[in-house]
Amino acid sequence: MTIKRNPGMALNLDWIESIQLNKSAIERRAATLGTRRSVKKQNQVAWLLKAITLIDLTTLAGDDTEQRVKRLCAKGKHPLRHDLIDALGIADMHITTGAICVYHDMLATAAKELAGTGIHLAAVSTGFPAGLSPLHLKVQEIKESVKAGADEIDIVITRKHVFAENWQALYDEVKAYREACGEAHMKTILATGEISTLRNVAKASMVCMMAGADFIKTSTGKESVNATLPVSLTMIRQIREYHERTGYQIGYKPAGGISKAKEALVYLSMMKEELGNDWLQPDLFRFGASSLLGDIERQLEHQVSGHYSAAHRHAMG
Amino acid sequence: MNIKDIFNNMDYGKAPESPDTALDWLAQHNNKFGHFIGGEWVKGPSRKGGHFDSNNPATGKALAKVAQADKKTVDKAVQAAAEAQSKWQATSGHERAQYLYAIARLLQKNARLFAVLETLDNGKPIRESRDIDVPLAVRHFYHHAGWAQLLDTEMPDHQAIGVVGQVIPWNFPLLMLAWKIAPAIATGNTVVIKPAEFTSLTALLFAEICQQAGLPKGVVNVVTGDGKTGQLIVEHPGIKKIAFTGSTAVGRWIRQATAGSGKKLSLELGGKSAFIVCNDADLDAAVEGVVDAIWFNQGQVCCAGSRLLVQEAVADRFHKKLIARMHKLRIGDPLDKSIDMGAIIDPRQQQKIATLVQAGVDAGACLNQSDAKLPKNGCFYPPTLLTDVSPSDQVVQDEIFGPVLVSMTFRTPDEAVALANNSRYGLAASIWSENINMAMHLAPLVQAGVVWINCTNQFDAAAGFGGVKESGFGREGGKEGLYEYLQDKTANSKKMTTKAKTKAKLTPVEGMDKTPKMYIGGKQTRPDGGYTYPVHDHRGDIITHVGLGNRKDIRNAVEAAASSKAWSQMNAYQRQQVMYFMAENLSYRAAEFSARLQAFGHSKKQAELEVESSIQRINYYAAWCDKYDGQVHGVPMRGVAMAMHEPIGVIGIQCPDDAPLLSFISLLAPAMAMGNRVVMTASETYPLPALDFYQVLNTSDVPAGTVNIISGEQAELVKPLAGHMNVDAVWHFGDLAETVEHESATNLKRTWTETTVRDWMKQGQGQNFLRQATQVKNIWTPYGE
Repeated sequence: MTIKRNPGMALNLDWIESIQLNKSAIERRAATLGTRRSVKKQNQVAWLLKAITLIDLTTLAGDDTEQRVKRLCAKGKHPLRHDLIDALGIADMHITTGAICVYHDMLATAAKELAGTGIHLAAVSTGFPAGLSPLHLKVQEIKESVKAGADEIDIVITRKHVFAENWQALYDEVKAYREACGEAHMKTILATGEISTLRNVAKASMVCMMAGADFIKTSTGKESVNATLPVSLTMIRQIREYHERTGYQIGYKPAGGISKAKEALVYLSMMKEELGNDWLQPDLFRFGASSLLGDIERQLEHQVSGHYSAAHRHAMG
Repeated sequence: MNIKDIFNNMDYGKAPESPDTALDWLAQHNNKFGHFIGGEWVKGPSRKGGHFDSNNPATGKALAKVAQADKKTVDKAVQAAAEAQSKWQATSGHERAQYLYAIARLLQKNARLFAVLETLDNGKPIRESRDIDVPLAVRHFYHHAGWAQLLDTEMPDHQAIGVVGQVIPWNFPLLMLAWKIAPAIATGNTVVIKPAEFTSLTALLFAEICQQAGLPKGVVNVVTGDGKTGQLIVEHPGIKKIAFTGSTAVGRWIRQATAGSGKKLSLELGGKSAFIVCNDADLDAAVEGVVDAIWFNQGQVCCAGSRLLVQEAVADRFHKKLIARMHKLRIGDPLDKSIDMGAIIDPRQQQKIATLVQAGVDAGACLNQSDAKLPKNGCFYPPTLLTDVSPSDQVVQDEIFGPVLVSMTFRTPDEAVALANNSRYGLAASIWSENINMAMHLAPLVQAGVVWINCTNQFDAAAGFGGVKESGFGREGGKEGLYEYLQDKTANSKKMTTKAKTKAKLTPVEGMDKTPKMYIGGKQTRPDGGYTYPVHDHRGDIITHVGLGNRKDIRNAVEAAASSKAWSQMNAYQRQQVMYFMAENLSYRAAEFSARLQAFGHSKKQAELEVESSIQRINYYAAWCDKYDGQVHGVPMRGVAMAMHEPIGVIGIQCPDDAPLLSFISLLAPAMAMGNRVVMTASETYPLPALDFYQVLNTSDVPAGTVNIISGEQAELVKPLAGHMNVDAVWHFGDLAETVEHESATNLKRTWTETTVRDWMKQGQGQNFLRQATQVKNIWTPYGE
C-alpha cells in the first residue's frame, strides 16, 4: 500500500467552525468498542503481531544514554523470543516494531543500530514536550534531527494557540514545521490532556492536517492524561472527515497510557470500524508505547503454551 | 486461514460464546417444561397439542418443548396468586425488599446463563443480552427492592391491587418480565405472567430463581402458551389488573375485552419513533445513535427510532455516513461476540418485514441495504435504509418491527415537529443537536412518552418508560410506574345509580326563566339537533329546558377544544391568575348558584356550603398550577432524566349527578390547572350549575375553546365522546364505564372511570386528580464538554 502524502491545504476556517462534537455520545461509543468486537485464538495472534509492527518503541527520559538506546533498538529489531517465533511459524514475517522514538541527542546511535532494518527512526522535536522554545530554534531543531537520520519527526503544537482559538497561528506554526521536515514524515502532537475539551482536540486535529501533518498524535506521554478512546475517536473522525473532503489519508498515533495487549486490540478494531483496514498499517497507525510490547509478548506466549506468562521470560527493551 | 493471512486481511474471525451451560440446563429439564404455579412445577397435558416447540431462530432448531396453558391451568395459577396475595401484601416492606434483593442477586449470579439462554431462544446478539438485557433486568429488581422498602412511608395512601395478569412480548423476554414483575411484587401484588410463546425459556429459568430466593409460593406464577392463554388471563375475573406489552392491535383488543370489568390496565404498545437530526448535530455521533436505535435487537424494539428526520442542509452527508456505517455491521450467529445483528424472531416476522419493504420500494422508495452475507440457515434480514419516502407511504406510517429505517428531510424546527407528530404512535423520540436551545425547544413539542436528547434507547429502572397516543398508556419504571400497581386506600365501593328522569310539564320558575345554552368555543350555542329536554326541581316541577346535545355537538366541542391552543400555551403562572379570577367571579355569583342548588333540593346551608367549597376548590387547583413539579430521576448517567408533567391534551369529562356544582368544578379545575382543554358533559339530571358556569368562564379571561360544556343524555353523548380520535382522555363518573372503555380503544385514549359514589366534599381533591390530568414525559439529556 502506498499512501499519497498529504500536501496540506489553505486554512479553511469554515471547516473548523462547522465541527460539532457530543462528548457523551463519543464516550458511549468508546465504551462499547471493546464489547462489540472480540478477537480470539489465531486471529488474536495475528492481530497482536500486527500491533507489534505498529509500535513506536519509545524512550524519552532525561537519563537516556547511548547504551540504553542500543538496547531499545535491539528490542525493536527482535521484539519476540525465538522459540515463540518458531512455535508460531512466523519466522518469514520478520516482525519488527514500526519505529524507534528518541530525543535528538540519541539519533546518531539509533540510526546506526537501525541501518538496513526498515525500522523507522522518529525524533521528538520542537522543544518537546512543552514546545515553548523560540520558533526559529524549533524549526532548526527539526532540520538538525532530519540531518541526523530521523525520517519521522514528532512535533508538539503551541497549546496557547488552541486556547485562543488562534487557528491561523497554529496553522502557520505547523506549516513551518512541515516545511522544515522535508521528506521526513511529521507527526503533530496535540497534547490532548492539556487542551482538554474534545472540541478543541477536533479543531486542532483539523488545523494540523490542513497544515500538512502526516500523522496526528495525542500526547507527549508527559501529560497527566494521555491517549484515551474518546480522544482517539474524536481525532480519527476528523481524519475520516479530512479524507472524505480531500482524498488524503492521515495517520493516527495514540501515545501514552496504552500498556495492555487487550487495549491494543480495542484500538485496532476501532481503527478498522471507523476508518477501515488501510489504517491498520504502520503507514497510517502507530502506538506510542514503551510497555505495551511486553504485555503482547506475554499474551503470545500464553497462546502458544496455554500458560500465563511472566515479564522476566521476555527480553527487556 | 493461517496467521499470515489473517495478519494481512485483519479479519475478526469467530468468537463464539459457548451454549453448553444453557443447553445443559435445558437437558436437566429433559428439554420439556410445565408451568410454575404456586411455587411448584405443574406438568403440561400429555395430549397432542399440549406442548409446542421453542425454537432457536438462528438455526430454526427446537430448543425445548413448552406447555400450552388451558383454562384450567390459568384458573389454577390465578387461584394460587389469589391465595398468596393478602399474606404477601401484609408482609412488611422490608421483608418484601429482601426477596427482591435476593432475586436481583441470583439474577446476577446466573447472568451468563440467562444471557446465553436468551440469545439462544430469541436470536439477539450475545453482546446485547449480556450487556443490556440482563444488567437492566437486575437493575430493575434492585431499584424496586428499594420501593418495597419505602412504600409505606412514601406512599401511605396507596395499597396493592391484588392479582395482576401480565402478558409480555418476545423482543426482550427477560427484561420485560423484570419490568412487569419487579414493581408488581414490590407493591404487594401477586402475579400470573405469560411470556411470549416464541420466548418462554428465560421466564422458566426465572421461576427457578424465585424458588431459590425462597419467594413465598404463589407470589409469582408463570404460565406458558400462545395468544389463547393470554386471552384467558385478560378475561379472568380473578385478575384485577392487566399489564401488557406488545402490538397496538392486541392492546386495542385488550382494552375492549376488559371494558367495564373494573380491571386496571397499562399498555405499552407499538411505535414509529422519530429520530431527528438537526443541522448542528454531531453527525458521527448521530450515526452511531441510529445504529443503536434501529439496528439494535434487529430493529425489533417498540421504541426503535425507525423514522429518521434529517434537516435538509446535512441530509446528503448524513445519509452517506449512515450507509457507510450500515455496511460495517456484522450479521450472523448471535452467539458470536463480534456480531451486531442476530436473527429475526420467526420466519413469519421476517416475511412481514420483507413484504413491507417491498411495498415501500414499489411505492418509489430508494432501497439501501447492507450487502453483508447472511447465514444460509436461520432467520435473518439485512440492515435496511429507505430514502425518498413520504408521510403517505405505508413504510412511514406502519410499524415494521425489523431493522428497517425510513428517512425524510425537514426544513425548519416547526416542520420537524410536524413530521414527528404526524403519526398514530407516540412512544419515543430522539433529538440530535449541539444547540441546547434547539434540543430543549423540540423535546416538549414532540408527542412521546420518552425523549432522548443526543442519545437513544436509554433505559433505567428509575425513569418511567411508556407512550402516548396509540403507543399505549401507563409508565414502567420510576415513581410514575409504581402507580400502575397501586390503588387508592380510600376507594369507595358503593355503586353509583343514575336517577330516573321525571317527566313533567313546563313550569316557569320566578327569576329563572332563561334557557341555558351549551357552551362551545367560547360561545353560547343551541343544540345542533334543535331539541331540548326539561330539567326538574326537587318537587318534580320543570324549572327550564336545556339543550339535548347529540354527536354533532360533541364533534363541534372537540373541534373547538383541539384547535384552541392558547390555554395550553399559557404558563403556569398565567393559568393560575385566570383560575383565581374564576374563583373570584364565582364568589360574586354565589347567591345565584346557591339558589340553583336549592332548587334541586339542597338546604340553604348545604347549597351555600357547596358553592363555598367550589370556590375553595378552584383556589386549591389554582394553587397547584405552578407546584405540581416533575422530577429529575437519578439515572446512572452524567446528565439528567427530567420527568416532566405534561397535560394530556383534550379531555372529555362526564360529570356525575352528585353535588352537581362541586363535582363539576372538582373535575374541571385539575384538568384546567394542568393545561388541558376539556369537553364537559354536564350532569344529566342537574345540568344547570354546569351550564351557568360559562358565565363565570366568560368573565374570567379563559380563552375560547378551553372549556366546552354540553348538556344532554350521558348515554347518548358517551359514544361520540369516548370514540372521538381527537380526544386524548375520557373521565367518566357514572354507570357507562364499559361503553367508555370500549369506545376508547379507537385511539387508545386514557380513561378514568368511576362507578362508585364519591363524597365530593371529602374526596374531591388531591394529587390523584392531577395525576389523571397529566402524563409523564421523561427527557434524557446527557451533558459534558
